[in-house]
Amino acid sequence: MILAEAKKMNKEVFNEKNLVKDGTQKMDALKKSPKLATLEEAIKKSGLKDGMTISFHHHFRGGDKVVNMVVDKLAEMGFKNLSLAASSLQDVHAPLIEHIKNGVITSISTSGLRGKLADEISRGLMDTPVVFRSHGGRGSAIATGELHIDVAFIGASSCDPMGNACGFSRSENAKSICGSLGYALPDAQYADKVVILTDDLVAYPNTPNSISERNVDFVVEVESVGDSSKIASGAIRDTKNPRDILLAQTAAKVIVNSGYFKEGFSIQTGSGGASLAAVKYIRQSMIDQNIHASFALGGITAHMVKLHEEGLIDRLIDVQSFDRVAAESIMNDPKHKEASANEYASADEPGSATHALDIVILSALEVDTEFNVNVLVGSDGIIRGAIGGHQDTAADSALSIIVCPLLRGRIPCVVDKVTTLITPGKSVDVVVTEYGIAVNPNRPEIAERLKAAGLNIVDINWLKDRALKTIGEPAALPFGDKVVGVVMNRDGSVLDVIKNIAE
Amino acid sequence: MKDRLRRTMMFVPGNNPSMMADAYLYGPDSIMLDLEDSVTMAEKDAARLLVHNALKTIDYGNTEMVVRINPLNTPYGKKDVEAVVSAGVNVIRMPKTETAEEVKELEAEIIKVEERLGCVGRTQIMAAIESALGVINAYAIATASKRMMGIALGAEDYTASLKTPRTNEGTELLMARQTIVVASRAAGINCFDTVYSNLNDMDAFRREVEAIKALGFDGKSIINPRQIEVVNEVFAPKQKDIDKALAVVAAIKEAQAKGSGVISLNGKMVDKPVVIRAEHTIELAIASGILREEDL
Repeated sequence: MILAEAKKMNKEVFNEKNLVKDGTQKMDALKKSPKLATLEEAIKKSGLKDGMTISFHHHFRGGDKVVNMVVDKLAEMGFKNLSLAASSLQDVHAPLIEHIKNGVITSISTSGLRGKLADEISRGLMDTPVVFRSHGGRGSAIATGELHIDVAFIGASSCDPMGNACGFSRSENAKSICGSLGYALPDAQYADKVVILTDDLVAYPNTPNSISERNVDFVVEVESVGDSSKIASGAIRDTKNPRDILLAQTAAKVIVNSGYFKEGFSIQTGSGGASLAAVKYIRQSMIDQNIHASFALGGITAHMVKLHEEGLIDRLIDVQSFDRVAAESIMNDPKHKEASANEYASADEPGSATHALDIVILSALEVDTEFNVNVLVGSDGIIRGAIGGHQDTAADSALSIIVCPLLRGRIPCVVDKVTTLITPGKSVDVVVTEYGIAVNPNRPEIAERLKAAGLNIVDINWLKDRALKTIGEPAALPFGDKVVGVVMNRDGSVLDVIKNIAE
Repeated sequence: MKDRLRRTMMFVPGNNPSMMADAYLYGPDSIMLDLEDSVTMAEKDAARLLVHNALKTIDYGNTEMVVRINPLNTPYGKKDVEAVVSAGVNVIRMPKTETAEEVKELEAEIIKVEERLGCVGRTQIMAAIESALGVINAYAIATASKRMMGIALGAEDYTASLKTPRTNEGTELLMARQTIVVASRAAGINCFDTVYSNLNDMDAFRREVEAIKALGFDGKSIINPRQIEVVNEVFAPKQKDIDKALAVVAAIKEAQAKGSGVISLNGKMVDKPVVIRAEHTIELAIASGILREEDL
């Protein structure tokens, strides 16, 4: 009877030999997790082959050791023609230049590039253009399969032998704390194979976890995943730069008088000096007018944590923790939620947080008279920034505010036409400079409210002329004919290309 | 314009182009471009050229432009006068002024340049009093020329001349401060207090501004835009003073409407000093953003 039914179901009959009973104390057994491996073993077992795509996150910022460690090992093992899909790349990744020259890495996708690597790529180092995506755009591309990751290498601040991993650590051995692992979560979910690298291998179960063991194939214990002094600073430091203070005060006045500063509003700010200082002035207005925010989004800073702890902001949604205070808060506070890049800013997900965002403060390298913004390529034609969540938050928010000085030394920030288009002007509402505030003509109601509050509203063309009057007409950039970068919009369309800069 | 609002006079080194270009953005009432102590000997000529061109090319809006020149008895003083008067400066600030004769000597230099340009009388003078002798001669200095716009205390050199250190309490400055306020009021010109250099102690700065306002100063010399907000807050009139001033102004209008020369408020005649004070209060209230011109 049993055999007959099993055959009908195309199954075997139970065999006792297949049942293994192990009486070892579990805490000892768990130490011998089959997922534990050296980096080389993990790479071999992952099935990685030439021509495949590997991925990394940038939560360790300037202190990251994972990218260089893994790519060095891949080069040593003889891999060639790999695609590197990073959430962003920094100054510290300059050693990739050699790996590109040697053919180990032949294509890159990222949110941004900085330092020597960016310099070399801008001058035409790679034959395949770098693909630039916003954080939300990258999350979407991974989820839809447009960006398929074969093996994800994810640095974690703590992990247990089964692969439960976090960007923080509850152990005394904590070395490299980064807080949210938001940009790595799509990789963990969608990559074919996932390798966690950690410098704090903790006992099972490392819960609550950011990345679940279900998504993890290998766990590699390493000496260090990051230089903690370069990952996150400790304390709140207020800017003393008078121009940043002036920009911050003006941005705060724009917010308070915009019509969106109401009980239950939501807000995202950046980590630059002016952005951080703006939070200070917004806080005072929230107290004075008894207004509370429903949530703050984005890169979370110590400033936002403070407002949350004071009861001025109900929830924090954190795709990236900008400092140690934020990293510790996300570990300890259930109202401080870790969000994946998709939950943060995906255009495809109706529930992504940017869709619920009222106000965002953003920076810019350049804004043009059509309100288009460039945050990626410097006015010298060299790549020196990152798209980040710029496109995503500008497009989805009810009110997007760009804060930038009119002049950086002799470089104008309000120009005729941006060097590279990153965020389309249609999604940019207000530009705050130290010389005046320009409001997108699409938003006359905002201009009216700000004028009524006595703020200095000017035409964006006036700002451009003011800048040129001071510094003169800049010479045209010596671009070549080789495309070194392609800028994607968050919806998967191509916005612009970056050409090589000639010597 | 001797009677303009001068709460803050911000010092900007005359050899720093970006600070000279940005200074007015922070809203000081006056900007003082410095050719004297903040410029080394080796840079005197370059700074003079920079300041000349800054005055001619940068749009400072309504901000009053002051230049502190080098003393006339140095090789730079007369060249400084030539450069800044020809660039249209509003006020020349004389450093280390000790006697009325020095003011007259400067006036003569200014007139030489103005006569050539055909703009005699355009340039005003203010004198910094920075020594015991200068304090003793304060009234003579304040009245040495019709061009005198104000006198200011320079405390560092002054305390050195007294052979005493400067303190947060300012006991050592009390007599000089009061002398300068009284001399300026007797002469009918403005008076400015000295700089406060410790930017890390904004509380002590605020206490000092409160104290000098109480002594009667029109404003304070400042060295950083961060100090502007504090001075403006301290100098902002209280709401009850504004209400009273508005009532006085309403009474003036009412009297004018009636064609009456006598202004009365609540059945009492309003004296000239009360009118002047009311007008000053309203000017301060507008400058502090408490009142708006169109609301009057």
